[in-house]
Amino acid sequence: MNEQPTHGSNGRGPAALVIGGGIAGIQASLDIAEAGFRVHLVERSPSIGGRMSQLDKTFPTLDCSSCILTPKMVDAGRHPNIDLYTYSEVVQVTGEAGDFHARIRVKPRYIDPEKCHGCGLCAEACRLAGRISSDFNAGMGKRAAVYVPFPQAVPLVYTVDPEACVYLTRGVCGKTFKCKDACTAGAIDFDQKEVFVDVDAATIINATGFDVFDPSLRPELGYGVYPHVITSLEFERLASASGPTAGKITLDGTLPKKLVFIQCVGSRDRSLNLPYCSRVCCMAVAKQAHLAHDRIPGAEITVFYIDIRAFGKGFEEFYDRVRHEGVLYRRGNPSEVLRRGDRLVVRAEDTLLGEPVEVEADLVVLAVGIRPRADAQSVAEMLGLALDENGFFQEAHPKVGIVESNRPGVLLAGCCQGPKDIPDTVAHAKAAASAALIQMAQTQKVMATAHAAN
Amino acid sequence: MLQIEAHPITLQYDLFDCIQCGKCTGGCPMAMKTRLNPRSIILRLLTAGDGFDLEGREELWDCTTCSTCSSRCPKKVNPMETIIGLRGAFVEKGRVHPNVKTALESTFRQGNPLTMPRDQRGAWAKDLGLKEYAEGTEFLYYVGCTPSYDPRAQKVARSLVTLLQKAGIDFGVLGNQENCCGSEVRRLGEQGLFEMMAEENTETYKGLGVKKMLTTSPHCFNVYRNDYPKNGMAVQHYTQVLAGLVEEKRLEFSGKLEKTITYHDPCYLGKHNGIFDEPRAVLAAIPGATLVEMDRSRQKSLCCEGGGGRMWLEGTNPSVRLAQMRVKEALEAGAQVLATACPFCLLTLDEAVKHLNAEDRLQVLDIAELAAQAL
Repeated sequence: MNEQPTHGSNGRGPAALVIGGGIAGIQASLDIAEAGFRVHLVERSPSIGGRMSQLDKTFPTLDCSSCILTPKMVDAGRHPNIDLYTYSEVVQVTGEAGDFHARIRVKPRYIDPEKCHGCGLCAEACRLAGRISSDFNAGMGKRAAVYVPFPQAVPLVYTVDPEACVYLTRGVCGKTFKCKDACTAGAIDFDQKEVFVDVDAATIINATGFDVFDPSLRPELGYGVYPHVITSLEFERLASASGPTAGKITLDGTLPKKLVFIQCVGSRDRSLNLPYCSRVCCMAVAKQAHLAHDRIPGAEITVFYIDIRAFGKGFEEFYDRVRHEGVLYRRGNPSEVLRRGDRLVVRAEDTLLGEPVEVEADLVVLAVGIRPRADAQSVAEMLGLALDENGFFQEAHPKVGIVESNRPGVLLAGCCQGPKDIPDTVAHAKAAASAALIQMAQTQKVMATAHAAN
Repeated sequence: MLQIEAHPITLQYDLFDCIQCGKCTGGCPMAMKTRLNPRSIILRLLTAGDGFDLEGREELWDCTTCSTCSSRCPKKVNPMETIIGLRGAFVEKGRVHPNVKTALESTFRQGNPLTMPRDQRGAWAKDLGLKEYAEGTEFLYYVGCTPSYDPRAQKVARSLVTLLQKAGIDFGVLGNQENCCGSEVRRLGEQGLFEMMAEENTETYKGLGVKKMLTTSPHCFNVYRNDYPKNGMAVQHYTQVLAGLVEEKRLEFSGKLEKTITYHDPCYLGKHNGIFDEPRAVLAAIPGATLVEMDRSRQKSLCCEGGGGRMWLEGTNPSVRLAQMRVKEALEAGAQVLATACPFCLLTLDEAVKHLNAEDRLQVLDIAELAAQAL
């Protein structure tokens, strides 16, 4: 059933395998490619871009996230030294530093990427158009069963969702295929099968990213029970011009007048075995509070916090700015969210007042923490890597070996190693690229010597 | 002056782990109405230096030991146990409310905190012809003090007996030989008496060869499950047993109960022991019953104010009662029946309904009573 593995990029000098196409994987790939070496960049989802593509503005400069990211995505997609494998997964790795062999499973998109122009006629025609929950929009927007996750996707190629598509799940979709009829490029191919590609690599960079905390594990906060309790990632999509509301911060058409942000949901929490600080939430919430202030005139915005960690360049100044704008910071870790009439009530102790308080809210935003990927264990087993006590990938040394792993030749980049903001992720990825280039230069030397000896 | 040494307490309860986030006080049902502030007590102990004065800290007796604070603490600090520990200091110095003194003395002398005679404990079941527990009987039904002596709670025990008999469960009771489990004694801070009782009771159950026990009250269930030394005895709350019988179809309801029911999670069943689904499963099996949920349910359930020895103590603000707030919530949810599965909740909620003159609109019933009505 499966086609025979093909072999990618043999005989073109040492290559690097980069697993994960978020900002870490993109940056590492670009650096290696720019240095003149080949990269196999493997991304599980239909497009590269990762978490950063879901963000609206970035703290503390308020640069538009996709405006920074999209050019890098395009560069990675077009670079002659980068072989991009999207909608693909690394399923096996053998060998050793300088001589790894990896098998990549390319999942069927049921779309011929050579023919697809990304026009979207198929999605418009799909019977399920506007009915499938969009992962990219954190479940808030709807798409069709054939989709691109977002307009700036790289590659701009549609994918048929095998879990949603009526034909793929039931074996029949009306008398004719609506998508196929609509496609003028003849790109839709339901006979497509998964393909395995074998590649060689001198070094591997693991850049598999993170998951966000599921706040239903803190049932007292009402997530999943009250529709107006949302996560910070969901807020990000609401605030984004490319999101389901085109940047209007609303769930039901009306603008919330009272917003409460709750910090440290699923961070610094030993009772849930999440003892670490997620490092990004303090500033992400400061930014979101600013956006709410900016877009909802007269909104009453309260941020409940335990400690404010504004340690990065420009962070404290941004925290000052947001408070100056009128965002009220109250020290206290809210204990529960209740419903009273048609309003939500956040119950907390204002620990500086030393009094229990109740704050009404139309919208409650939970600053959900960064978690290891749910499948980090299986990726670690495949790559022969160790995980730390919190489930992130273990670096070789906490001070002087932060990109190296326990396995020679395999490197770590970005949040797979631990929570990081964007600048730290980029720095970490560039460091991983540097370590990869050292390995590749050495491998090249060995290859050249062997060639000369022949 | 009621001076105690703070430092050993801060070490015993790992209070240095506290980051003063206030999650405990923010969720404390008593903090909204009295001076009780678990976070502040922790900080006061940490900063007390050598001596800590308990004088005037009457609010420590307000705590209902509902465990909202300890179940939500992100640093696994246990403010509730710290408060119980501080109560111990009051008890040690003999500085306790007369009601507490009476309850403790009665438990010591009569085996119950209700000042009832020991030799009347089994009287509630005189006409039922229950088997006395002997080795080889499947379950020991541990009735508990309140269901043994309180006329309202006795109805729960009688209903439960009907259900167990109907399902053909092999069980026995201890009658007058049954002794208080010590749950409330421990929570009133009398750790010494509690340990003595736990040892005595454990010997009794061991001697009788008890392997499986079921209890009427979540408080007894909790103390056997979590506070007694490990003894190989499997203890269940009766709602767990009933849910199992319903699932196996060994207990079927032929009657009908056309009522809208809301379930109040007892703290010692829900928050303390994570048992939320079994009581609801029993109610859901009753033909005709419509279940509705109050906004505060499961982990967010509001305490009735009957735990932690509060059955015998009014607290520092008796004018606002949590049970009355709870009854109002049940009415708002549109319930005709406020169901619970704890004798303390039953009594406090019943009293609240009477106080609010809501008897014609809302009936407080135990799950055992509802189930028995539907047979």
